[in-house]
Amino acid sequence: MADALFAFEAVVVEAGGRRILDGVTAELPDRGVTCLVGPSGSGKSTMLRLCNRLEVPTSGVVRFRGTDLAELDVLAHRRRVGMVFQRPTPFPGTVRDNLLVARPGTDDGVLGVVLERAALPEHFLDRVADELSGGEAQRMCLARTLVTDPEVLLMDEPTSSLDADAAKELERLARRLADDGVPVVWVSHDLAQVDRIADARLLVDQGRVHRG
Amino acid sequence: MPACSSTRGGCTVGDSAIGWGGLSASLLLVVVAIGLSAWRRLGLEATIAWACARAMGQLLLVGYALAALIDDDAPASLAWAWVVAMVAFAAVTVRRRTPEVPGAFSLALVATGSSAALSLAVVFGLEIYDAVPRAIIPIAGMMVGNSISGTVTASRQVIAELADHRLEVEARLALGQPWTEASRRQVRAALRTALMTQIESTKAVGLVFLPGAMTGLILAGADPVDAVLVQAAVMFLILGAVATNATIVGLGLARRLFSSDHRLLPLARSTA
Repeated sequence: MADALFAFEAVVVEAGGRRILDGVTAELPDRGVTCLVGPSGSGKSTMLRLCNRLEVPTSGVVRFRGTDLAELDVLAHRRRVGMVFQRPTPFPGTVRDNLLVARPGTDDGVLGVVLERAALPEHFLDRVADELSGGEAQRMCLARTLVTDPEVLLMDEPTSSLDADAAKELERLARRLADDGVPVVWVSHDLAQVDRIADARLLVDQGRVHRG
Repeated sequence: MPACSSTRGGCTVGDSAIGWGGLSASLLLVVVAIGLSAWRRLGLEATIAWACARAMGQLLLVGYALAALIDDDAPASLAWAWVVAMVAFAAVTVRRRTPEVPGAFSLALVATGSSAALSLAVVFGLEIYDAVPRAIIPIAGMMVGNSISGTVTASRQVIAELADHRLEVEARLALGQPWTEASRRQVRAALRTALMTQIESTKAVGLVFLPGAMTGLILAGADPVDAVLVQAAVMFLILGAVATNATIVGLGLARRLFSSDHRLLPLARSTA
């Protein structure tokens, strides 16, 4: 049987005297769109951050395709496992400047192709990143992540600050990436959204995981 | 060489000392401050009185200690020991003023010690002043004293910048950037802020305010142009010391705010 994309083994996360994850044991499939769904503060974003080691477990093990994350080179791992955050985080400068942060020296032709994967036209390369609309900025952040050619995409409530049309556009892009063989792990508290995009779902509540 | 040398005249203790009578007269202004506090019901009368009494006691203690230390027959080693004590006390002060900064004491100790060593090496190595106790102690005092505020500002700014821009820093980390690159913009902004305070102060000197060393020399009877030369040299040394201090603290603190596996640790001012 193939290894899970991510496997959580008795994972506990504590911070500020509070137990955020309470002995989570779960596996995320290595295909399609997997949604981590649950109320605010349930621990689902912490699970996502564990996947690219922006957090580490207080105890327990998180594995990526069978290998303990603690044994991997963290910087190389983060380039294999891209992440899009809840709010768009444009860096100073143009869209081109932003994409080049992810892979310096990449030529405009390649950057244009990446922008297209995020449903943005190539002429956006010269746009000032801070001046993009919320939806455009979030798609630029997706493109910036795709520049590293990640094997997996982590999305932490990426539509929470977007209008309905922009949210659906991002859902469509995630679906297309998953269909192209890039597994997506998507955190959401919106059950209707989960119904639209999830191939698999894990319910997270009070630091524990229940299969949906 | 000191501008106020005994050969120039007009700079003797007899000329510059105000005596106990002069000191008592200056207390009139403390009475004014206490009176204003009472009039406006600020409730600061006892605090003002205690602050003045404490300052007087501390200064007298320092004065008597300095009188022994800067005596022409006193060994320079005692003066250097005093400098070491000042550096240690500065580190304690920084730790007390920045409880939110991890490892503030050791950071401040290294930074203040380094900047003091650099400044004093320039002053005495280039023979701007002779390395005698009368020069060692006041110059080191000015370097170390000004470095405290630079250290506090730099460390608070580094934490504030990283806390305020946590999203950006983590987005960069998530792209595989090491912490040094991911935090470069924030650390640079923090250092700029810490240094700008001193730069602005340097720019305003003479126009907006007359600094202490120069005022003291003029009051003591030194030629104003000589006093200006001394003050300018002191200012440049302070600027260099503050820049060295802020840089060491900024970079050292940033290192401590990230884990060895490039994670931004929880911060006191975190907005995440």
